[in-house]
This record gives sequence, C-alpha cells and structure tokens, in this order.
Amino acid sequence: MRALLLRDLRLAIRAGGGFGLSLAFFLIVTTLVPFGVGPEGGTLARIAPGILWLGALLSCLLSLDRIFALDREDGSLDLLATSPAPMEGVVAIKAAAHWLTTGLPLTFVAPALGLLLNLAPSGYGWLMLSLAIGTPALSLIGAFGAALTVGLKRGGLLLSLLVLPLYVPTLIYGAELARRGAEGLPVLTPLLMLAGITLGTAALLPFAAAAAIRVNLR
Amino acid sequence: MILSVTDLAVLRGGVALLGGLSFTLGPGEALILRGPNGVGKTTLLRTLAGLQPALAGRIDGPAEGAAYSSHADGVKPTLNVAENLRFWAEIHGQRDIAPALEAFDLVNLAGREAQSLSAGQKRRLGLARLLVTGRRLWLLDEPTVSLDSASVALFAAAIEAHLAQGGAAVIATHIGLGLAHARDLDLAVYRPDPGAAGTVSGAGDPFLEGIA
Repeated sequence: MRALLLRDLRLAIRAGGGFGLSLAFFLIVTTLVPFGVGPEGGTLARIAPGILWLGALLSCLLSLDRIFALDREDGSLDLLATSPAPMEGVVAIKAAAHWLTTGLPLTFVAPALGLLLNLAPSGYGWLMLSLAIGTPALSLIGAFGAALTVGLKRGGLLLSLLVLPLYVPTLIYGAELARRGAEGLPVLTPLLMLAGITLGTAALLPFAAAAAIRVNLR
Repeated sequence: MILSVTDLAVLRGGVALLGGLSFTLGPGEALILRGPNGVGKTTLLRTLAGLQPALAGRIDGPAEGAAYSSHADGVKPTLNVAENLRFWAEIHGQRDIAPALEAFDLVNLAGREAQSLSAGQKRRLGLARLLVTGRRLWLLDEPTVSLDSASVALFAAAIEAHLAQGGAAVIATHIGLGLAHARDLDLAVYRPDPGAAGTVSGAGDPFLEGIA
C-alpha cells in the first residue's frame, strides 16, 4: 500500500504528471475574478471565500480523470485487481495521493490568493482550515466518479457532470466555514458538517468505488 | 493440484464464448491455449484470473490468486525499469528484484526510463513482473508479442524454471515455446452450440445479479 502511494506521488511529480497544473489553474482562476468583478474591495472581500472554494473545487476536478484512467490504459488496474492489495485500499490510497498533490498544496497557497481578493486577515486561518478539512472529500468523491467512468473513452466530461453535483454539500459548508471565520461569526456548525462529510465519504466511497471498478473491469 | 476447472462456461459482452470446459493443472505443468482469434482465449484467462465472473462452472485455483499478464504490461513510462519492477514486487510483498532483472536480461536497462524502451524491452519488463509476484500459477495472454527470438528463448527458460519450481502456467500463444511439460488445449472444440446458447440475456449484468 505504501508502495502504491509512493508510486502515485512519484508519477504525479515527474514530467507530465500534472502536479502543479491544478495549482496554476487555481492561481489563474482566482486572479481572473477581480478582473471580472471589478477591483472594489468590499465586494471582493465578501465573495472571496466562495471564489476561493470554487477555484479549489475546479482545480481539483482538473486532475480527477487521471486517478484511474491512466492505470486502466496501461493495464496496471487489471494487475492491481489481481494483486493481494484490496481494491478498496487501492481506491483509498489513490484518493489520498490525489489529495496530497492537489488539495494539500491548494490549502497552503489559498491565503496568498485570499490577499489578492482582499479577504480579511482574520479569515486566513479559517480558510486554510476549511480547505484542509474539505478537500479530502473532493478527492474521495472524485475518485468515486473516476471509478464509475473508468471504462469509458474520453469520460472526462461525463466525470465532471457526475461529480460536480456531488460537490455541492462540501462547497456549501466549506465556503460557509471560511466566510463565517472571516466575519468573526460562530463556525461550529459548518465545521462539524464539513468534517462529517469528509469522514462519511472516507468511510463509504472507497467501497462504492471499488465495486464500480470491479464492474468496469469485466 | 494448482488449478482445477470444472464445466466452465465464459461469456464476453453478454455472449457465451466457451462452454463445458474442464481441465486440471498440477505442479510443473503448462497448458497452451490454442484456437482462432475471438474463440475466447483472453476471456478464459481473465475469468481464471478473477477479473470477470464465469457464466457457469467451478474454478478452484490457488488461494493467493494467480499472476496475470495481458497485452498491456502495466509499465509506467516516467518510472525507470527498476522502479517499475520494484513497485510490483512491493505490492506482492517481495523484496528482491535482481533475479527478475537477470532472467529477462534487463540489468543494463535498470536505470532507463520505461518510455525510452523499445516494444520488446517493455514486454520483457512486463514479463519480469511475473517473477516478482511470487505466485505459483501464471496466466499469460500472448506473452511473446513483440519479442525477438532471443527474448522468446529467455521467456521459455523463465517458464521452464517456474515449472521446475512446482509452478504452473496457462498460456495463450500461437508460437511453439518448446516446453517439455506442456499440453495443448484447442478451445475451438468448446464453442457453444450456436442454436442452443447464443446471447444470454442479463447474464453477467451486475444490475441484474440476484434477481433471477
């Protein structure tokens, strides 16, 4: 299992692995917002948590189809399915590797982009916390979507259509947590809801995704 | 007994391909699957590997499962040869990749990125993976594709060594490997009667399982 995690991280970091791509995408999307909305500080500060969360969500989406599609194309997925590693564990590890190469870096650069969007400095910590708690759910849900579409040629668009609606609860509570934190309001409810979503997806979706992969390998 | 197949029927895309297939395979034995394209060699191997369910019949294989090798090698282009092999060794709980590198003449290529390998070299790397699985039963689908005659000899030697250690292999191939203890199995005989079988509605459809 450790070998699989290290391999996935290595593949992501090496040339053509897509690491940095989603980070750059996040950067560009959030930088574009002031150009579209206008430089008025109050407006930007108000929408900053939502924009940052949307940006994180979209850049997460960008690399989802790589989770299983590449392994399917070169036959690795068949070989993993016949290996002693349980498919549930493979899914969980691959989602973890996806998070480590997208969600985690996004969490660390988010405050810098918060500055660009005039987010109140008191909100930086809450923004990072909300992303740290919420982005694992994005990777897990994404891995489930990728597992459903793994057998399809060019299933990327279908994957987005499947996964984006499932991202709604995470987006709502994540952005709400960051917004309340920035405005100094009580944060316990969205915090607990967000943590609950992440834990729930971590508990259930590896099993659902593994079942979907087994069906798709037939 | 390593593998025992009783009255097996396999299907692909809802169409029954083979039926009434029975054979046993003991330690040191190899079974060569013969038959024209589309007869169901790949489907049979995937079924034996547990990648797809059988339509009917029993498969009694080794408890740890089989090492399966298909047209695709599972080689990552941006990892080098040793990294690719070491990954599969670790997944299978093995440590030593040196014998596998030697058996397929990959020692000098160990540091090369897999994307710079030729098709035959990549194939050798894919076959070297079998040695690091530590499994007794090998299921090989056209293993000699893109291998030159010297590499085919290396491969045949690896199979012989595997059989000598009490392993077994089921191989779908069109060329003679010159194996001493190999039997041929012509799959064309096991084609189901087109009138009787044909399309099996719902069979193998995961959404209909358990309804009938």
